[in-house]
This record gives sequence, C-alpha cells and structure tokens, in this order.
Amino acid sequence: MIAIIDYDIGNLAAVSNMLRRIGHDSAITADPEVIKSADRIILPGNGHFDTCMKNFRATGLVPLIERRVFEDRVPLLGICVGAQMLGSGSEEGAEPGLGWFDMKVRRLPRSDGLRVPHMGWNRVGRAAPHHYIVQGLDEDARFYFVHSYYLDPGESVDVLLTVEYGITFAAGVSRGNVSGVQFHPEKSHRFGKQLLLNFAEGRG
Amino acid sequence: MYRPRVIPCLLLRGHGLVKTRKFKDAVYVGDPVNAVRIFSEKEADELTLLDIDASREGRGPNFELIEEIAGECLMPIGYGGGISSFDQVRQLIRSGVEKVIINSAAALGSMAVISEAAAAFGSQAVVGAVDVRHRLLQGYKIAAKSGTQEIGSRLEDHVRALVDAGAGEIFVNNIDADGTMAGFDLGLVRRVADSVDVPVVACGGAGTLEHLSQAIHVGGASAVSAGSMFVFHGKHRAVLINYNPTELATI
Repeated sequence: MIAIIDYDIGNLAAVSNMLRRIGHDSAITADPEVIKSADRIILPGNGHFDTCMKNFRATGLVPLIERRVFEDRVPLLGICVGAQMLGSGSEEGAEPGLGWFDMKVRRLPRSDGLRVPHMGWNRVGRAAPHHYIVQGLDEDARFYFVHSYYLDPGESVDVLLTVEYGITFAAGVSRGNVSGVQFHPEKSHRFGKQLLLNFAEGRG
Repeated sequence: MYRPRVIPCLLLRGHGLVKTRKFKDAVYVGDPVNAVRIFSEKEADELTLLDIDASREGRGPNFELIEEIAGECLMPIGYGGGISSFDQVRQLIRSGVEKVIINSAAALGSMAVISEAAAAFGSQAVVGAVDVRHRLLQGYKIAAKSGTQEIGSRLEDHVRALVDAGAGEIFVNNIDADGTMAGFDLGLVRRVADSVDVPVVACGGAGTLEHLSQAIHVGGASAVSAGSMFVFHGKHRAVLINYNPTELATI
C-alpha cells in the first residue's frame, strides 16, 4: 500500500486516482498506523513553500516518516513542492526544508517571452537513464509543470531528469530511496503513469 | 521543449455538456464524463469545465458530478461556475480539480475568495476569468453571470486586480466570438496579455490551428482554449470529439 501524506494541501485525489489506474492501492492519510504499514510513501505539495512546510510539520508525522525512510528504507517520492521540501529551504520563504538533500530551491528567472510560473507541458531529458524511476520513458516524454521555483541540487544528489524553461534545471532528483519530481506525474497522462508505476514497482 | 497549452473548454448545463454561440443558443453535445474520458485518451493538455448556469441561478458547484468528471482526467482540470466562498474552493480541490476559476464573484466586487484560495492552495490553483464583449463607442465591457450583467470596471484594471488578489492565471473569453469559429479578437488578447505578467489563456472564436497560433504569437497568450473546434466536425457541426496533440503541438 502506498501512503499519500495528507496535510491539507492541493489535489490528492489525482494521485490516488492515477495509482488506482496502474493497479496500486493507496491511502490519502495522516494516520501514523497507516504510514507504519505503508511500503511506499508519496509526499505531495502545492502552493507556497512555507505553508507546505508549516502544515507538514504541524501533522507531527515528520519523525515517523524519517524513521520509515532512513531506517526501514521505504521508498519516498516527493511531488512538486513535496520535492522542494526535501532540500534545505527555498527562496520563496523562510521556513527550513526537511534537509534530507543538499539542495536549494531558487526562483525561476524571468526571460524573454517566458512567463513565471512555468505552467504547462514540457519535454524532459534523461540525465540518469538507468535509474529505476525513469525506466521505460519515451524519448519524447513530457510532463505537466506548474511552479515558480526550481530545484538546485548539490553534488551529492543525483539528477534524474532535466528540463529547459529559460534555463536548464533538474526536473527529477534522487538519493538512495528518496526521489523527487518537480512536475505532476499524476496529471501527465501515460508518461506520469509510467513514472508512478516505476516508483510503485521498482526497487529504490 | 516547452509547448503552449491547448485547452478544450467544456460547458456544463445540468448534467450535460452544451456548446453556445455568443453565450446563447446552447446545443447539447454529450455526456460530460464520457467526453472527458475521450479527451483523456486523446491526451489533451488540460481541460476547462464551466458550469454556465450556476452563477446566474445563484447556486454553487455540483460537487458530485465534478468529482466524477475529475476522476476521469489524467491531465489538469480547472472548474468554474458559481464559486463564491472559500469552503467551495476547498471542496473543489478535494474533489480532484487543480484549479478553481473565479469570474462573477470577483467581477461583482468580492476578491476575497481569490485571495483566500491563493493563500491556502497557491496562486497556480486560482484562475481569474473575465467574459468580455465589445460595445460600439464604449469599447470592451466586462460582463458577469454568463454575460448577463455588465460591470463598469476597465478591462485592464480589472485583470490587474485579479492578479493582485492572487490569481496565478487569467482566462479571457470573448462573448462576441464565442462559438463563431471565426478567429480570436487578437487586440483583446493582446490588451489582457500586456496588462498582467502571469499566463493568459485566450478563449472565444478558435476555429483553426492558425487561429490558435495567432493567439499565442500575435495576441501574446500563453495558452489557448476552444470549445467548438474540439466538439464539432465539418460544415454541419456534427458532434465529434477530436483533439490531435501532435498537430496541436505545431502551433
């Protein structure tokens, strides 16, 4: 069972809906007992970085999830702000991130004719084609993005996917059993389906 | 490579989908759940779902139906129609939509629902929408409640106010061009795009790929939306849902 962490942000039904389509049970939950028995964890995130961090910490679930991830080696996938939260903090706000990754989150620069937020479909490049999360993705795989801040990982973090919008930045990052994607796989047709299937069935 | 979004715009009347001309003469075009399933299979970029009677009838969204529709959507979906309170916004997001589209409530003076929604769910989840018609000697006029109630605000001022309140995107629909398939009013699109720095979605009048391309490259829109083009086929407007992502990627 995949636990989708519920801390009252954004559209979580879309994540469980997509998982159901690929044949995986999930629970939108903040219940410690459910999280204790999960074999995968998804950390979603939408909206302002500080709001997400504050709401997430307020659940009191952070120590339990850290135990599950770092001691029990349960694979975790962060989505959008959920991926940004894996780092040390964001230029969007003042709240510290989870600090699991050596990673900053920076504001997307405005460039000619490109508006911020970066909202819409974009093709991604595979920077680590052998990683289990990106297996089976077409050359022309595209994903739905909506964000104003981007992942800027340090050297200890693997970049799985890259994307270009004015600048080139990391669209997917990973270290050990923890991964994060800046886009929304739950809203990215068969490309997102494939990625979530990799996460649900692959070995992290 | 980044590509401009092409967004089918689906109009809800009761439990059915309709298509209008100039916001009138609604023609039934099918079952919404089935239509959304087809757009999902065709890998549409995103969907816009508008309940065209809710505000006019003074009622809220049909959450049950919206949840069923959103469940078929493997791409982002925005919902608009009758949204006037934060509780409704929360329930819509819970029902599975990414974006709430606020039109009449803001046009009639209350920006609170926009700012509350943006504070809780982020600006990317809030679309400010305007329905506009052109009046001889008066220029562009904004109309609330599905075009039935004109307001006095200047177009540029109003869309800026929507963004200032927290809208992360502006959806501009042209009442005069609606359902005509004769092309966008590019001057209108340009005026809105030049007034704000968030993405602008142009709607109203699309009939061809060339029209879509013009709205992006001449009008300055970030995305385009169309109804008739994706639900009708041929001269006699036979109902046939169509959407070809490869072709649309060329705009």
